[in-house]
Amino acid sequence: MHVTPRLALLSLAAVSIVAAGACKKKPQPAPVPVVNQDSINAENARRDSIARADQARRDSLAREQARADSIARARQQMDEMMANARNTITAPVYFEFDRSELSSDDIAKLDAKIPLLNANPELRIRVAGHTDSRGSDEYNMALGQRRAASAKRYLTQHGIPTARIETVSFGEEHPAAQGTDEASMAQNRRSEFEIIAGGDNITVPQGE
Amino acid sequence: MHLRTSANRTFLASLGVAALFALPAHAHAQDTTSQRGVRIGLSYALGRKPGVYIAPVSGATGDSIRAILQRDLDYGDRVTLIGIDSAGIALAPLLGNGRPSYDVFTRLGAAALVVPTVSPSGVRITLHDVGAKKVAETRDFPLAGASSSRAWRASLHAVSDAVEEWITGTRGIASTRVAFVRGGHISLVDSDGAVESVASPITPVLSPAWSPDGQRIAYSELGNAGSRIGVIDLGSGSARTLVSRGGLNITPAFSPDGATIVFSSGEDEGTDLYAVSASGGPVRRVTVGRGTDNVSPSFSPDGHRIAFTSGRSGHPEVYIMDADGTGAELLTPFSFGDQYYRSNPDWSPDGRSVAFQSQIAGQFQIMTISLRDRSVKQHTSESTNEDPSWAPDGRHLVFTSSRTGVKQLWVLDTESGRVRQLTRNGGARLAAWSPRLGAR
Repeated sequence: MHVTPRLALLSLAAVSIVAAGACKKKPQPAPVPVVNQDSINAENARRDSIARADQARRDSLAREQARADSIARARQQMDEMMANARNTITAPVYFEFDRSELSSDDIAKLDAKIPLLNANPELRIRVAGHTDSRGSDEYNMALGQRRAASAKRYLTQHGIPTARIETVSFGEEHPAAQGTDEASMAQNRRSEFEIIAGGDNITVPQGE
Repeated sequence: MHLRTSANRTFLASLGVAALFALPAHAHAQDTTSQRGVRIGLSYALGRKPGVYIAPVSGATGDSIRAILQRDLDYGDRVTLIGIDSAGIALAPLLGNGRPSYDVFTRLGAAALVVPTVSPSGVRITLHDVGAKKVAETRDFPLAGASSSRAWRASLHAVSDAVEEWITGTRGIASTRVAFVRGGHISLVDSDGAVESVASPITPVLSPAWSPDGQRIAYSELGNAGSRIGVIDLGSGSARTLVSRGGLNITPAFSPDGATIVFSSGEDEGTDLYAVSASGGPVRRVTVGRGTDNVSPSFSPDGHRIAFTSGRSGHPEVYIMDADGTGAELLTPFSFGDQYYRSNPDWSPDGRSVAFQSQIAGQFQIMTISLRDRSVKQHTSESTNEDPSWAPDGRHLVFTSSRTGVKQLWVLDTESGRVRQLTRNGGARLAAWSPRLGAR
């Protein structure tokens, strides 16, 4: 439709007059709000319920944590016991120069191994004899074997089956300490104990 | 030195000055390091060792050939090398193109002239007997392989040994090698210290021992569960395990006929010597040590006796016994040294003595004991020296010494006391001198 500019102006004026009249009317009062106690109670109940649920969830998590902590503590205790048991089994013994006799310290260390070996019949160990760097390279191989054998002999004499203990000698080939002073030499004159089977779970006997 | 002709006077006077400067100090020195280069025997010990002049060799490889021959004869310790060239006076013109000035060489103390010439197939050696004023020998020697290869050097060592035999009546030991342990591997080095190589990838090993034919080496291989006796064939490089009894299996030694290997074995009741066929099979016990340690056997050259280390008296000592294990007797006396520790015997190839190590003032030293009168001789005193092994000439010993701060192999001439360093790289120990190998 084609509207001429004049006609458009007239219609605009008419609309303006009507609008001016409406603005002069008195405004109506705002409605007073009505208090609905039921609705408040319901809302409170809802919030309480959420809080209780949260608490319950927190309590549950705490219980879960406590349970986990307790398991971890128990596991840690067991790990420590196992580690102690392993350390007892693998504690090395030391020798005098060119000797393979066991000292009282050595015997105490071997005595501590016996109940663990008895409580774990699947456990097999290897005793490795070592020497310091003095002496002949070749004779030291034999001396290391004699040191391994003397530790093994003590254990078998105290009831450990011979089949559960291997022996090997490394002579002076694998020193524990590199120095040539007496303290280093003394650390090298040793028999080491290695668990070669049945060491994943070690039963620690009562009183250990 | 008596000079007759004035023509020679000027020449020999300057020669004498040169000789004075060139004289090394090891004529009778005990246990001292040798100097490099040649020695001159003009003014001392004349006649004790024949003087030998090795003529310069023409051709591209001439200098190498001459240097190897000179060094081999020098290391043999049976001749005195006459070598004035290095002091600035040329002796070569005195060779006179086939008619040497024998009189001059006589006055220089030369008993023999060695004139090598390079031929298409190898090297020709002409040996002049200076006293008889004539050519004593001429012989062609083939040279194997490319120049400076190990095979080429080995064929020159064979030339040296033949020349030494012509001159002294005793074959040299240049054509030998020394097996030893470095970094857990069996290694090999030629007698002159050249051409080191690893013989086998097997590691870690101890105590290499040569078969009498020089073609195999027995050894002890260390494992985490025990040690084993193995034998490597040097020709093919292949190795096989001969003994893997439980526990310890160490220190193998071939019998002189090559048929048997005696070794030390033990697990829970001490270590004893056992025998096994060199081709394997059942083992036979040789010693009854009753819980003591019995290791490091070494056969007498006739194969009837064995020297070994035993702790049966409470500390290590060297014993000898019949090869069947009977009649063991203490060889090393208790009466010397401040520590009871003697070990690692090696029976000399001439059967007359046993080399061993003895702890003196807390350090091992190389000793020999005569089997005739049980007299003991100490050969070293500097630092720790151990694990002696005889050369096939029954005169030289290779041993481990820590005198440079690192364990290295050294060679001792037990007659003159002269010592030279054999190895220089890394640590080296547990040497075993091969039998004569020929031009392999």
